[in-house]
Amino acid sequence: MEPDQNTRVSTPAAGGADTSTAPGETNWLRSAARGSVRWETGLGLLVVAIVIFGAVTSPQFLTSGNFFNTGVTSGEIAIMALPMTLIIISGEIDLSVASILGMSSALLGVLWSHHWPMLAIFVVVALMGIVAGLINGLLVTRVGLPSLAVTIGTLALYRGVALILLGAKSISNFPATYTTIGVLPIPHTQIPWNIAIFVVLAVIFAIVLHATATGRSLYAMGASPEAAMFAGIRVKRVKTMLYVVSGLVCAMCGVLWTFRLSTAVQNNGLGLELDVVAIVLLGGVSIFGGKGSLAGVVLAVIAFAGLQNALLLTNFNQEATGIVIGGLLLVSVFAPNAGRLRQLGLPRWARGRSGRPTPPPSSSLGALHE
Amino acid sequence: MRRTVRRALLGPVVLLSASAVLAACSSSGSSSPSSGSSSSSGSSSGALKKGLKVFVIPKNLGNPYFTLADSVKTSGALSALGTLGETGSETSGTAATPASQLPAIQAAITKGANALIVSATDPSALCPTLKAAMTKGIAVVTYDSDAPSCRNVFINQASSQAIGATEVDLLAKAIHDSGQIGIVSAAASATNQNTWIGYMKQELKKYPKMKLVSTVYGNDDPTTATQVTQGLLQHYPNLKGIISPTTVGILAAAQVLDTSKYRGKIALTGLGTPVAMKKYVLDGTVGSFELWNPANLGYLAAYAAVNVASKKITGSAGQSFTAGKLGKYTIGAGNTVLLGPPLVFTKSNINDFNSWGF
Repeated sequence: MEPDQNTRVSTPAAGGADTSTAPGETNWLRSAARGSVRWETGLGLLVVAIVIFGAVTSPQFLTSGNFFNTGVTSGEIAIMALPMTLIIISGEIDLSVASILGMSSALLGVLWSHHWPMLAIFVVVALMGIVAGLINGLLVTRVGLPSLAVTIGTLALYRGVALILLGAKSISNFPATYTTIGVLPIPHTQIPWNIAIFVVLAVIFAIVLHATATGRSLYAMGASPEAAMFAGIRVKRVKTMLYVVSGLVCAMCGVLWTFRLSTAVQNNGLGLELDVVAIVLLGGVSIFGGKGSLAGVVLAVIAFAGLQNALLLTNFNQEATGIVIGGLLLVSVFAPNAGRLRQLGLPRWARGRSGRPTPPPSSSLGALHE
Repeated sequence: MRRTVRRALLGPVVLLSASAVLAACSSSGSSSPSSGSSSSSGSSSGALKKGLKVFVIPKNLGNPYFTLADSVKTSGALSALGTLGETGSETSGTAATPASQLPAIQAAITKGANALIVSATDPSALCPTLKAAMTKGIAVVTYDSDAPSCRNVFINQASSQAIGATEVDLLAKAIHDSGQIGIVSAAASATNQNTWIGYMKQELKKYPKMKLVSTVYGNDDPTTATQVTQGLLQHYPNLKGIISPTTVGILAAAQVLDTSKYRGKIALTGLGTPVAMKKYVLDGTVGSFELWNPANLGYLAAYAAVNVASKKITGSAGQSFTAGKLGKYTIGAGNTVLLGPPLVFTKSNINDFNSWGF
């Protein structure tokens, strides 16, 4: 009986790279890794099913014009899902994303109405996104407040700032060179600018998450922040950086959103944070942290946008679309965590010393390595 | 390490290739409008085309005002389309915002619409899409709320000036021409709201002792409208009157004012639906309010849309068309058609409209 080498090698499987797991919990880690691969496979099948459903119920579903419309509608949500993925994997959450979008839209409108040059406006809006993310990050890491509470607070705070900046006005006189991103694709293709930006950012985020030490440390943080800290990972610094990146990306999305609709108004993006979280969770990222992959989130973006579009094309009652999407989200949250939820329901003393779910009967080597 | 990089790039590569495939093997881009009948154009004097695909796109779904305007039961837009032999359907988002309404408009265009009947949530946000629709040969008619210069014809419920002026006059009568007043509006970007408020401010110049202290925005959402009304009342304790030119807003304001503390002290008027407001008229919270028949508005819009889609009119001023049971209408300046004068509801006639259902 040799020690199971798989648990020692640092190569993470697709998804659950739980570097802080004790070697004795081999079976748990392997089944978790297998679970993630299963999830993305299932998600891929879901995407295929949605595409088939859309194509069968509507002859226009698979046209490039429809692809453009779908892309334009869900571009910003898709982009915001990328930093959200990293944040949730690290064990936190950021519900202020849509409010940062709204705030940056309001700032863009106000500065434009005061005749600032557009490039200067971009710089200021980016700075504002960084500051907003920094506030989130510092409150969560330095002051130690739970991220759910902090970002719900900043959700309201930033929306309020947007309201103060712009009042009830709406600014609409943006130059056509910018507002064409809502109507025209990239020349010679049918790809909207939003989606092109999403693809580029997705590649970058995927490389960071799956191919760098920082990315791997996110999984560690999500699984167990204390263990990660003692392992030498700078948890607070990395988490603060994540929030700053999220703020910056959401500020950029605010600019994209404003140009796409050619209107800056304080309630831009109201309620979007729920769609973003829904997509990330649908992508197989565990709400408890420590599990998930960017490929899953990309598939989830396609599934989400495709399903909404397919339903729209079939004269489906739009008010009931929420039921379908919400049901999908519930299933996506419940399914991967079903086993763990059952075990987490056990009282602490039944869960074993480490507080982890008690693994199935392991080899006697488990006792040796503890 | 390589395995993870490969796996990391899997997702985006899948997405990129999918989009490349779709972009490459596209059929005719987005589908052109399906031809209801022959494609002969020109100002034909024949009958209206049948079998056209017409989409009615109100500001949002679940709004009683638009249900009145559009549904078959109330003889609204869909009923007119049915009578004319067209395929009519209603679609929109659930929040009265352009981000919510645009996908529905785009989907309608993708599905091969011949005509769109739209109440604009935000003119500048919708304009590019509506203009693109018009270049594709789709008839675009706006009703209730306009998207100027991005449509063939606009069906206005009543003269905007008349609405703004009569609202102020109704309130002035209730508060004896003097006092602070506030406005509870819908969305800040809605064209119709801003036009009416502009005319209200002009009419207020006739009443020097009346002062508009604040305009708040309820976004056509009952909860938000209630909150902003309560905020208004708290902020201005000397408020004497409220105008709410939105059926959702006036209902919310009436519910807030329907207490012994405010009844009789703060006058409320605006645009409301008779059955919903009946209770508040009968118990004195609201003295009078006005509206028109929204179903007639939808009905007229449907006829206008089919006339434009059948190439019988282009929507320019001076042209005229017949709108079924409503008779003949002539298009006025700015390619606008007026439905008629507003109708004032008071205690004396509020019970005559129970059949409206709203």
